[in-house]
Amino acid sequence: MRVRIDRDRCQGHGRCYSLAPELFQPDDIGDGVVVGDGVVTPGQEDAARRAALNCPEQAVVIEEEA
Amino acid sequence: MSEAVRPVADYATDFDHHGAEWVADPYPIIEDLRRRCPVAHTERYGGAWMPVRHEDVAAIAYDTEHFSSRTVVVGHTRPPRDIAPIGVAPPISSDPPFHHGARRVLLPAFSPQAIAKLEPGTRAFCEELVDGLEGRDVVDGAAEYAQHIPVRVIADMLGFPRQDADLFRRFVHDVLEGVNDPLEERFEKVQALFGYLEAQVEDHVAHPRDDLTSYLLEAEMDGERLTPRHVVGTMALLLLAGIDTTWSAIGASLWHLARTPADRERLVAEPELLPTAIEELLRAYAPVTMARLVKEDMTWKGCEMKADDWVLLSFPAANRDPEVFEDADEVVIDREVNRHAAFGLGPHRCLGSHLARMELRVALEAWLARFPDFSLADPDAVVWSPGQVRGPRRLPLAVHR
Repeated sequence: MRVRIDRDRCQGHGRCYSLAPELFQPDDIGDGVVVGDGVVTPGQEDAARRAALNCPEQAVVIEEEA
Repeated sequence: MSEAVRPVADYATDFDHHGAEWVADPYPIIEDLRRRCPVAHTERYGGAWMPVRHEDVAAIAYDTEHFSSRTVVVGHTRPPRDIAPIGVAPPISSDPPFHHGARRVLLPAFSPQAIAKLEPGTRAFCEELVDGLEGRDVVDGAAEYAQHIPVRVIADMLGFPRQDADLFRRFVHDVLEGVNDPLEERFEKVQALFGYLEAQVEDHVAHPRDDLTSYLLEAEMDGERLTPRHVVGTMALLLLAGIDTTWSAIGASLWHLARTPADRERLVAEPELLPTAIEELLRAYAPVTMARLVKEDMTWKGCEMKADDWVLLSFPAANRDPEVFEDADEVVIDREVNRHAAFGLGPHRCLGSHLARMELRVALEAWLARFPDFSLADPDAVVWSPGQVRGPRRLPLAVHR
């Protein structure tokens, strides 16, 4: 599993980095950016889903890998 | 309070967000409108529309091509069209492409990192307020607590004298709630605000310091200093938009906890739940309804909209849409999936959302730590604000020891 942020959608609500700080962090204007390469390690899946399900702009994208 | 408004016959065809029933409790009206018509209309204010579905509110919030932000407070007059794309209080009143740059100037000052630095001072002030209320049997959670917090925080951020707090509350009341005042009176009240801000600008030009006002005076957009009109307009926005909104959110949260012992007891027992609970309180009691102006005559989802018609963007209605939220009319204090729109949607997302969340959390933490057991002293004595920012203005709370 991998997360990314759709830059065209993100408006800086900050839900992702509040709910899943291990996966997301704010940039200097409060937009969300992925920490590192966005790979979700075992145990972080719930946090990733919570971030995606709470983004008002639906900007958090989860890519399930085979 | 604002002038009495003509009674509303039917909110589907004649709505008024200053109407007595609406002010007392808009949610049953919203649910009725949701069933009958997804977009309400009124001839009041020169013509206005109000969608109640999340999908429609979102669509308009994203659509800067057909809807202008050149003013966002519904009134009986419209500002001239050539005030766009800057508007009276940039960036909230700005349209693209100007909006993006004007917003970019402010965002770093309202980032989570910048706001975190204000938390200790905000906490100390909240504790000072609860200290002052200690020992009383009945306190007004709105007038004696909630309202003071954002006023102090924004005055300090802008570098305005703390002793002018009463004046700021008057400006908020005059500008945001006084839309039904006679025009001459309304003009004078708005002039009083801008006169005050211009005096603050002069003082900061003469004595620059480390605050938002001095920052704005030095700030550049596209390589040039902001115009004086831009600076003063932005100061008006920051002063007004941060006060009654946050005060309303704190007050509505206290109101809910006062009448819902199970939620209050749970938050006292599990303080770590507070951030989740705050999102739910923001969803259920979203204080802010924004507005847009229709740019040109058009048919929008079957509505014959005319140029300069208002459109109310009811985030409170969007947040109670059962298509988006399970048990939308219930407050579920540990709701895990909560894609609420209390801070708006799209490019005009509330600039101060990180500040508001910090103030709301710290205010509730300080209150619950001191007053874990409280209830409504007199439910009929609670007074809600009219218009586009909804929150309790009188909130007598019985504090139990």
